[in-house]
Formats: sequence, structure tokens, C-alpha cells
Amino acid sequence: MLSRVARRIYWMARYIERAENTARLVNTYYFLLLDLPRGTRVGWELLPVITGSYEQFANHYQRHDERNTVKFLLADSFNTGALISSIANARENCRTSREVLPGHAWEQINELQLYATAHVSDALPRHGRFRFLTEIIHRCQQLTGLLAGTMSHDHTYDFVRLGRNIERADMTTRVIDIGAMSLKDSVESSSLDVHVWTSMLRALNAYQMYRKDVQHGVHCADVVGYLLQNDYLPRSVTHCLDQVEECLGDLPLHKDTLKPVREARRHLSRIKPGTLDAGTLHAEVDRLQVSISAIHKQIRDTWFP
Amino acid sequence: MGIDWKKYDPGEFYDELISTPGYARVPARHLAAWLRSLTQEELQMRKLDAELAIIDKGVTFTVYSDGENIDRAWPFDIIPRTMPIREWRNIEAGLKQRLQALNLFINDLYHEQKIIRDRIIPKSLIAGSTGFRKECIGITPAHKVWAHICGSDLVRDSDGTVYVLEDNLRVPSGVSYMIENREVTKRILPELFENNNILPVDDYPDQLLSMLQSITPNRRARPEVVVLTPGIYNSAYFEHAFLARSMGVELVEGTDLMVDKDDCVYMKTIQGMARVDVIYRRIDDLYLDPEAFIPESALGVPGLMRAWRKGNVALANAPGCGVADDKVVYSYVPDIIRYYLDEAPLLPNVPTYRCNDKRQREHVLANLETMVVKPANESGGYGMLVGPQSTAIEREEFRRLISVNPRNYIGQPALTLSTAPTLCDHTVEPRHLDLRPFILQGKDTYVTAGGLTRVAMTRGSLVVNSSQGGGSKDTWVVDNEG
Repeated sequence: MLSRVARRIYWMARYIERAENTARLVNTYYFLLLDLPRGTRVGWELLPVITGSYEQFANHYQRHDERNTVKFLLADSFNTGALISSIANARENCRTSREVLPGHAWEQINELQLYATAHVSDALPRHGRFRFLTEIIHRCQQLTGLLAGTMSHDHTYDFVRLGRNIERADMTTRVIDIGAMSLKDSVESSSLDVHVWTSMLRALNAYQMYRKDVQHGVHCADVVGYLLQNDYLPRSVTHCLDQVEECLGDLPLHKDTLKPVREARRHLSRIKPGTLDAGTLHAEVDRLQVSISAIHKQIRDTWFP
Repeated sequence: MGIDWKKYDPGEFYDELISTPGYARVPARHLAAWLRSLTQEELQMRKLDAELAIIDKGVTFTVYSDGENIDRAWPFDIIPRTMPIREWRNIEAGLKQRLQALNLFINDLYHEQKIIRDRIIPKSLIAGSTGFRKECIGITPAHKVWAHICGSDLVRDSDGTVYVLEDNLRVPSGVSYMIENREVTKRILPELFENNNILPVDDYPDQLLSMLQSITPNRRARPEVVVLTPGIYNSAYFEHAFLARSMGVELVEGTDLMVDKDDCVYMKTIQGMARVDVIYRRIDDLYLDPEAFIPESALGVPGLMRAWRKGNVALANAPGCGVADDKVVYSYVPDIIRYYLDEAPLLPNVPTYRCNDKRQREHVLANLETMVVKPANESGGYGMLVGPQSTAIEREEFRRLISVNPRNYIGQPALTLSTAPTLCDHTVEPRHLDLRPFILQGKDTYVTAGGLTRVAMTRGSLVVNSSQGGGSKDTWVVDNEG
């Protein structure tokens, strides 16, 4: 398999996953804010902070209100992390590696982009947002399913899974960070705690599974433990890293790539969610993001320098 | 009631299917009878099926327009063009003969140049050729073959004679559409394949792969063959991907390859560097290697010419083979065949007047209104004067162009291209067409069964190029001699 093709496939999968995650994040955050008591200091600008694009956002917009934030996260093509940019990048990577992908994948990704560009403006006012974002999430999931169900599960597909799981792990840590940050400045209030962590579970499509697996209520420590350390939840960091490790083992020349994954896994298993407050949780999440980024760099250096 | 062949009148032209109104030629009899048995609605349904099949399969070509690249669905007419096998066997032999002679000619030009010393061809011709590469002098590729893949354009005049119009030796395209056209026709007209013995065309990728393997310079059980494409913005990218996929080899871009200190070519894979033995390149000579040719070219591979000259990698077609893809050289092909093979040419050339010869130039200038004037080194139908359809201003412009650079122009009498029934909006009408068979030469020589039929979709038009609104048809070499 050509290095160039591996790179494009990996990034295509990352961008598809990122588009879905962004849609989910904006959707849940909106519902979270609806539930929070008036006067809560948590605002929309937290989203650009968490997605690492605050500086760019602040440079471009003076008013950090809902409309500008949502526009920045979904529709502004100058923002490389915007939903619309992720979809365009996924499409471009697919387009330039069409010969190794199922024909329908290209058609669907193409339609996804057409839909997104035509309708993204519907999502700026509140009433059209839910429908638009839900449609985007569905289409991304359809694509993920199509790749899983029609591609040979060979090296090419290993790169799809690598991209998807690296991106997922990264997004889960960011969602946990949102939880930590929104509670950071608030006085201890268990009712707020429940709302925030329920939303965070929803943002990762994990609420229902959480209720099933964790029988007692929604508490910070339990949710954080679940999202970081659960072995079975597809979006838990542990599960994503296990998937990554499995794919890496399949690929040639993988020796150096396993080290950072195992380090991250060790770090993860040592975290004791019950002992963390909002501040230390943020620091832990930060360290995890650095580890995930180290895995990405090792993948890049090994297969597509 | 379907097509009424009595009302189909090709007029003064030779029609490939219908000899006179109401009478189909032998290889087209089943086809014509079957088409007559369909109602208009059924016929339109089949047409729609074909369009859907083409969209489903993603058969596209890229056109440049307003600085943008647009992928268009491949234009296709559902009524096949037929050819009797006996006639085809003769054409096939003629094409093989032609390519073999052209390869001997190219090899001679880069070595002793005997043909020039024997005064068959003037020295000035090579000096003025844009396809001659001094970098290739003294090189001997495997089997002494330079042009491994050739697409020759054939046309039929009103008297029924088939002529070779040109030989495309640089990076001829279209073969993937020939295969896709057949796939589509099998889907939409399955009934006809049961009752006719139609030669299959889908063995081309296998033939191409064995030809490419036969020119490997390295002794390995399984030579590593790749297809080198300029990338997705190239108009023939669909074909590059198609050929790589159907041969089961990698489709690479210039940046995927590198020439190492050992002057061997490697491709960058997830397993590390992998040695490449044979490159089917779909990039023009001048973009192949920025070290040897255009330094700004980002499409090629630095050092590729070095690797090729050392005999570490085979390039198909070999650099420098374009010297024989020149319309002035074309006019000498019958002499070239006689000189190298000592045989009479099996396929005629269109009579060609060279503008660098004073007497012939005067003939061209005196007859501009009835001639087609072509530049020596253009392809795709660009930069031509079609006399019978030209304006006085255009003719004046060509008069000037020819006098400034006579070596660059040839004149040919305008042929009346043959026609075939083509499904237009609601009727079947004659449309002009040509035929591009593909010839392979490595250790052995092979010709596709038929080729790509290109058809001018506008009434009376002679321009068949897809970049200029042409369409295509499936081509049937029909064996009903049992």
C-alpha cells in the first residue's frame, strides 16, 4: 500500500469522525445551556476553547454569542476545524484515493458535502439546527457503516480504523474537559453536576449505555471513569486505544508505534476519577491529549512521513 | 413500431450498418432486425438504462472549463458499430505491421540513423521534430521497442476504404472507455450477445500487464509494475485508475516515487521503499523528470531518466518515442514500412502533402477549401483547419501560419467520414465516426478486437473528440462465418 494512500485514508476517516463529533457537540451544548440556570457563567465561547481554536475565533469575532460561535464551528470555511471544513477535507481525501475505496463511499461523501454546503445556514438559527445536525450525524454514521460493511478489512481498512479511533479518543477527552471547565468556577452544586455530565454523555452517544452499565446516578467521578476507562463503550478512551493497538499490530513496521499507545494506556489505568476535582481533572485530560497526539505523530512518522 | 430502416438514408456517405435504405450489411443484420422489433418507448428505455449504468459505474471524463475541472458522464450511443471479422483481420495485421515498423524506425533514429543515410527521410525532418530527445541517443530498450502502447485513428472514406489517419504514440487514451462501453452494452442489450458471435474486448488489461511485465529490465519472479498518473486533475484520470485497478497494480503519482543513490526507482509504501521495475507512465516526456527536462515540473520524478538510461527501470512508452508521432513523419510511414520490413503496407495512409516541400505546399495553398490542414505536433483535434467548413478569414490565417512555419503543417484532402445510425432525440440518424484500436508491443504484438468508436453527435460534424462534444459507441467485430 502506498504511503500517500495510507495518509489520505487515515485523514479521511479522521475528518468524517470529526464532522460527526462536531455536530454532536454543538447539538448537546445547546441543550445543556437550555438546562442550566440563568446567570450561569458558562457561555458559548467555551466550545472554541475546547476545540483549540479560541484564538482564531476571538480574532475574527468580537461578540462571543451563540450565533457567532455556532457559525464559527459549523459554517466558517476559514476555520479548519469547522464542520464544513471537516466534510470538505474528508471529501478531498476520499476523492484522491477513490481507486482503493468502494464506489458508493465516494458517492455518499459527495452527497454529504452537497447537503452540508446547501443547508448549513439553516443551522444558524435555533429552530433549524437540530434537524441539520441530526442529518449530518446520520450521514456520517452511514458512511462509517458503509466502509465497515463493504471494504476488505485489510491494511487500507486498518488506516480507516486508526483515523476514526484516534479522533474519537481525542474528542472524548475534549468533552470531558468541557465538563471540567463548566464546573470549574461554579460553587459545589450537585444539580448542576447532573445536567452537565448527562449532556456530556449525550454528546458521546453514551447516556443510554451509561444508565445500563452504571446503576447509580450521574456523578462526575462515575461519568469520567466511564468515559475514560470503560472497556466496552465505543467512545471511551480506553476502548479507542485498544482498537488503535489492535490495528497497529496488523500493520508492517509497527514496532515503534506500540510504545506511545501502551504508555497512554498505562497512564489511563492509573487515573483515579474519584480523587480529582475540576482543576486536576483538566490537567489529567491535558496530559491525555498530549499522549494521543504522540500516537498520531508516531503513526505519521512510521507510515507517511 | 420501432426504427424504420427504409427511412434511414446515409446519402453519399458510407454507412457502417446500412448499405442502402432498408438493407443492413451482413454483420449488422441481427442488430438491425432486433432494433426494428423494439418500439420507440422500449428504445428510449434502453437509452435511459445506459445512461444510468454509466452514472452508476462512475464512468467519467474531465473537461476544463472556466478554470474548473468538471467530471462529466461519458457520452455513449447505445447502437453498436459493427465490423465484419474478415475485414478486421486485415486491419489487425496492418496495425501490427505499422507499429513494428515504427518501433524499428524510432530505434534506428536513436542509433545509426540508417534511414536518413539511405535518404529515405531527410535529416532536417528530425532536426525540426519536437518529439526527438537527444537524451535518448544510444539507448536500447528491451526488445528494441519504444512505443509499447499505440492508439491509431482509422477512418473510412465514402468508397469504403479504411485509412490510418494518425498514430498516437505518446500517451494515447480511450481504452478504458472501449471496455466500459462493452460492459454497458452487455447490460442493456443482452439479447443480442446470444445470437451474434461478437469478439470480446475485456482481455486488454491482462494483455497490457503481460506486455509491461515482458519489458522488465530486472530478473524477478513478479516484476513490480505501476501506473504513473499526473493526478486527479488530468482529463484521463478515470482511465489511469481503471487500468491500475484492473491490472491489480499501484496507481502512483510522481511524489510516490523516488530515485535513490543506486539509480533505481522506489515507491514509498507502508512497508517502506519498494523497488519498481516497470512504469506505465501517463505523463508527457517533458514532465517526466525535472532533472532532465522542465525543472519546474512537479508531476515527475527527479532522476527518472537517469534510472531509465542505466537500464534499472522500464518506461512505457519510452521517452523520445513521440518522434514518430508527428504528422510529417506520418506521411513517410508507408516508406518506413517498406524500408524496415521489406513489405507492402497493408493499410493505406490518407494522402498527405508536406508543407516544407515547395511543390506540395503550393498544392495545399491552392486547395485550402477542400483540404484539412493539421499542425505536426498537436493532438485532440486542436489547431486544425477543416477547409470545407472554414471561413475566408480562417483560410487567410492558415496561409500565414504555413508560410511562417512550413515544417509544422501538413495538408490532407478532406475525407468524407463514414457514418452509423445513432439514436438522437427521437429518431435514428447517421452520424460521422472514426475508430481507435489500441496496439501493444513488447515481446509480442497484440491488437484490441475493434477499438473505441468515437462519433460526432452533431449532424454533419466531423469532430469526434470527447473534449469537443463527441460521443462513443460500442464496437463489434462480428464473426458470423462460423
